[in-house]
Amino acid sequence: MSMSIPPSEGSLPAHVAEPEPAEPESAGALTSVEAEELGLAPAFKPRSLLRRGWEVFAQNKLALASLGLALFMIGFCFIGPLIYRTDQVHTNLQEVLCQPSASHLLGCDNVGYDVLGRLMLGGQTSIEVGVAAAIVSVLFGTIYGALAGFIGGPLDAFMMRLVDAGLSIPYITVLIMLSVIFHPNKGVMIFVIAVFYWLGVARLIRGETLTLRTREYVQAVKVIGGRNSRAIVRHIVPNAIGTIIVQGTFAVADSIIILAGLGFLGLGVQPPTTDWGSMLSGGLQYLQSSQSYWWLIYPAGIAIILICIAFNFIGDALRDAFETRLQRR
Amino acid sequence: MVGYLIRRIVQAIIVLFIVTVITLALVHLFPGGPIRAMLGPRATVAQVAYYNQLYGFDQPFYIQYLKWVGQILQGNFGFSAKLNISVASLIAQDLPKTIVLVALGTIVSLGFGIPLGMYQAVKRYTVGDYVLTGVSFLGYATPTFFVGLLLVEWFAVDTHVFPPFAPQSSSLLGVLSQPRALVLPVIAYAFVLYALWSRYMRSSVMDNLVQDYVRTARAKGAGERRILWGHIFRNSLLSIVTLLGLSLPTLVAGAIFIEVVFNYPGMGLAFYNAALNVDYQVLLGFTVLATVATILGNLLADISYAILDPRVRYS
Repeated sequence: MSMSIPPSEGSLPAHVAEPEPAEPESAGALTSVEAEELGLAPAFKPRSLLRRGWEVFAQNKLALASLGLALFMIGFCFIGPLIYRTDQVHTNLQEVLCQPSASHLLGCDNVGYDVLGRLMLGGQTSIEVGVAAAIVSVLFGTIYGALAGFIGGPLDAFMMRLVDAGLSIPYITVLIMLSVIFHPNKGVMIFVIAVFYWLGVARLIRGETLTLRTREYVQAVKVIGGRNSRAIVRHIVPNAIGTIIVQGTFAVADSIIILAGLGFLGLGVQPPTTDWGSMLSGGLQYLQSSQSYWWLIYPAGIAIILICIAFNFIGDALRDAFETRLQRR
Repeated sequence: MVGYLIRRIVQAIIVLFIVTVITLALVHLFPGGPIRAMLGPRATVAQVAYYNQLYGFDQPFYIQYLKWVGQILQGNFGFSAKLNISVASLIAQDLPKTIVLVALGTIVSLGFGIPLGMYQAVKRYTVGDYVLTGVSFLGYATPTFFVGLLLVEWFAVDTHVFPPFAPQSSSLLGVLSQPRALVLPVIAYAFVLYALWSRYMRSSVMDNLVQDYVRTARAKGAGERRILWGHIFRNSLLSIVTLLGLSLPTLVAGAIFIEVVFNYPGMGLAFYNAALNVDYQVLLGFTVLATVATILGNLLADISYAILDPRVRYS
């Protein structure tokens, strides 16, 4: 890997100066992709990676349905309360555990909150935390993994041992400890979930980077004298964008499940905030009673399942979309 | 092979070191320190100081670490002040029960996941494949505890087929003597794992189906059954072996949720109660134990992979 040694100060001007006169003639010999990487104007604008991905995605009926479902759930949680107005601040002891009726479509919970309204409010937390935790994990994991994979050598080995160590901890034990320590609100919860989730992302992106860094266009950046940061930001990350987006999609589903799990254990976001897992936790106590309080269990559980299935299907379809793009190339 | 082994073991030791440092450091994150968190807000400053000295929390972190690791190596995992027994005896009491739950759940899930995953790969893109894929997706998207809740609702509350609680005995024999009560926890545990195995099996078998050795076997006139079980099954087992070793954190997490839902008296429930009571010695001991198990799992997966697939050793 002698190419990875950056050119010395003295030789730098020569490297920079050299391509300039050759540019006009050599441009014709380059493929459009290479020309684009060199910063030359391509003869025609190729359809962007995202656009081609979307075209494949749009042919997948299941994926479109899942996207619709996810958008519906988000609308239900964030726009729903504007249409279906309920009091989610004051408890109402006269209506504790009331049956579903015209005034309370899904009945009331154990302190008299309307369950349908609560479902919207809890969903806001679940979705907000899930999406935010996914974004944080994917951003950090991508930067970390790309750096480790691109720089290589002892630093890569060290960084990856840290990731191994993190992945060797049975994450649930530490999540539970962190939740007990911090009595989390939404912001802390995002951090608590992301603190483990980025590890898997980092490992994947590092693997992707290892293959990408040997490509000619990345090597070319080095030869021209471009900085590592340029190679990573302009070339490695855009080419790994498929993996990054797919991981981000799965991360949303996984984060919502983790949040629900902690909420179910009573260790998630603390009251008065609620999420779908915390709602199920309230239902557990009434499970054993002689009367069936189905509205305490099914709505929140089904909501979790629906949004996770939607995001999983979307992630799967995206993976197919980006892989098909690779095959076609 | 020996070099490969040594490299993997050294890596495992380094990972273990990092994890134990992180775990011990976590304990110091409790507001006011672990002793204040354990004694509660009404304890006097003098009491907190006394226990800090007693448990060595007044000493530099690296001395605490060395003492703690030294004690663990001697089998001393500390003492649970809340339960008034040593953590080691708590582990000895609860760990076998958790192992029974995890082992039964894993065996049941593998028993369904492997054959059905293979079926899906062979009959890919048929109705059967789509239905089973749907089931796997459901397994992925359903939180473990919700599966448990549903099973209790359907089979215990509505129909009284099985008891709603897991066996409530403190001894392993007592647990095993109530097999009916074990059914629901094991099914709930297995359902979520099934999704994991079957999907990996499906993609692994599909990868193998197009390999050269399958074509060779066909050319030599081997029957489909022999190709499937004699060739592809054995090759696909590779990924399952690795996956099994790598999925120990998932197994631990599943065990905690199932034990809380069914009140199963295993290590997961004990850990959960310790977390609620800030019984930090129990938290530390269990986390270290689970971590060692995970690292051993990874190591065994790597080693068995190297034995089963000679190509790995030379990379």
